[in-house]
Amino acid sequence: MTLAEILVSLFPDGHQVVLEHGLLSGRGTLPKAGPVAVIGVDGRAPVGVDEAARLARQVLDVVKGGGKTPILVLIDSDSQRMSKRDELLGLNEFLAHLAKCLILADTQGHPTIALLYGHTAAGAFIATALATRTLLALPGADPAVMDLPSMSRVTKLSIEVLQEKAKSTPVFAPGLDNLAQTGAVAAVLDPQQSLAAQVDAVLQSQPAKHVDSRDQLGKERRGRPLAADIAGRVHGLACAAV
Amino acid sequence: MSAVALEQASGGDDATHSGSSWYEASARQRLDGLLDADSFAEFIGPEQRVTSPHLPLFNLPEQFDDGMIVGRGRLDGRPVLVAAQEGRFMGGAFGEVHGAKLTGLLRAARDIGSMPVLILFDTGGVRLQEANAGELAIAEIIRALLEARAAGVPVVGLIGGRAGCFGGGGLIAGCCSALAVSEQGRISVSGPEVIETNRGVEEFDSKDRALVWRTMGGKHRRLIGGAEVYADDSMASFRDAAGFLLKHAPAFGAATLEAEQSRLEQRIERFGACKDAVDVWRILGAAEPQTIPELPDQEFLALAAQLQEPRHDAR
Repeated sequence: MTLAEILVSLFPDGHQVVLEHGLLSGRGTLPKAGPVAVIGVDGRAPVGVDEAARLARQVLDVVKGGGKTPILVLIDSDSQRMSKRDELLGLNEFLAHLAKCLILADTQGHPTIALLYGHTAAGAFIATALATRTLLALPGADPAVMDLPSMSRVTKLSIEVLQEKAKSTPVFAPGLDNLAQTGAVAAVLDPQQSLAAQVDAVLQSQPAKHVDSRDQLGKERRGRPLAADIAGRVHGLACAAV
Repeated sequence: MSAVALEQASGGDDATHSGSSWYEASARQRLDGLLDADSFAEFIGPEQRVTSPHLPLFNLPEQFDDGMIVGRGRLDGRPVLVAAQEGRFMGGAFGEVHGAKLTGLLRAARDIGSMPVLILFDTGGVRLQEANAGELAIAEIIRALLEARAAGVPVVGLIGGRAGCFGGGGLIAGCCSALAVSEQGRISVSGPEVIETNRGVEEFDSKDRALVWRTMGGKHRRLIGGAEVYADDSMASFRDAAGFLLKHAPAFGAATLEAEQSRLEQRIERFGACKDAVDVWRILGAAEPQTIPELPDQEFLALAAQLQEPRHDAR
C-alpha cells in the first residue's frame, strides 16, 4: 500500500497528516478510538540527529497536551543516517531520546502503535517502531537489522551461504517473517480490510498496564527459543537475592 | 562533592597506584576492581554453560557466559545490580542469551525498586549471526531500563573498554541515567567502518585513528555533554565515578525529557555546522582545541570543567 492509501484506509473521515523532509506529522481520527497523533518517516528516509529531534518534539508535545491521545508511528525508513556529522553531534543520544519519549508517552497513558509499511533498519528501527508498545506491519514490509551483502562482509560468509543458513533459522536474516518469528511484530494487517477497524481493535485490546511480552511471543513462534527463559531466570535470582 | 571536584580528586595517581587499566582488563577483572572485595555473586554463571544456541550454525566457538556477566554486589557498602560485557568475545555483541541476561536484570531492578544498576559496556552492537534476536534484545533492554528508571532506580553506564560502545549499545547508553567515559571509551551508533563502507572514505576514513578518537572518543563525549563524568583509565577512577553518578541520577519523566530535548536542540544549533570535533571545541571556548587529544587526563579534566559543566538533569 502507498502512504496515501494507508492514510485513507486508516482515517476514512479525513486527516491532517503532512509530509515534510521525509517526516510525517499531524492528526487523524479513528472511528472508535477518536483523535490520534501521527508521527513517522516516509520514503525510506534516514533518521539522523535533526529528524530524531523533530520526531521527539512532537511526541513530547502530545505528552504535554495531557489526555490519553494514542500515538501512531508510521514507518518506511532507512537505517540511522550514517555520517560523520551525525556521530560528531552524538546520534546515540538523539535516537535514545526519541525512544525515551515514545516509552514515556506510553507509560503516561498514551497508547503507542507502530505501523511498518516499508523498510526500516538498525538504529532507526530501535528508536521508532521497536520503542512502541505494539508493532504492526503490512504485507511487503521489509525490516532488516542489516542487509545480507553488509552481513556477508562482516561475517566473511558468502551471500549464498547466508541464504542457505537463513532457511533453517529466522534468527539473523532480514525480512518481516523472520522478525515476526522472533516476537518483534505483534500482527500483520490485512490490506484488503479497513485499517481503521484493525487498528481500533488493537487499541481496544491494549491492557492499561503494559507488560513487554515480546520474548514470550518469540518463544511461542520458535524464533527465539531461550530469551524469555533466561530473562525470567535472572529476574528470579535477582529478586530472590534481596 | 561536585562532579568537577570529583573528577579532579580521582586522578592519575590512583591509576599508577592500582596499576590496572580498565581498557586492558577483562569484564570479570573490571567487576573485581569496581565492586567491594568478595561482594560479587553471579546469576547464571559460566558453570551453568548457558551458551548461544545460534553460533554453532556458523561454526563459531561459544563462551559459557555468552559474553555477558550479570549479578549483584556492593559498591562502598551499597547493594547494586551489575552487568558487564566481555568485549573480547564476539566484540561484546548483543545476541539472544547475552541480551536476555541484561533484560532480566533490569526487570528485576524495576520490581525491586531500591537497587541501582551499573552497566559496564564493551560492545560493537548487535551480533550479526543472531541479528534479529540481538536487535530485539536491545529494544527489550531499553524498555526494561526505562521502566526501572521510572520506578526510581538509577542506571549508570561505564564506558572504557576495547570494543567501545557502538550500535544498539550506544542507544542503551543514551537511555542510562548517567554515563562515565574514559578517553578510550568510544560512543557512537554507526562505527567508523560502517560509515566508510556505506558512504565512502571521503565521508569517514576509518583508518584515520585520530579522527575516530576525536569524533567518538571519551574526551569529545564529555565536552559535548554525551557523558557526565570523564574517568581516567583506572579501576579507581571508574569506581569513584560510579559512586558519584549513582547519587546524581535524574528521575525519568516529562521534565527530564523536556530538558534533554532543549539540551539536544541547542547542541544542533550551536555545533550543527561544525566539520570536525576541533571546530566544536573551539566554539566551546578552547584556546588551543587542536591540543586536546594529546592533553594528559588531569589537564583535560581542568579544561573540561572550565568549558562545559556537566548537567545532571537532562538525560
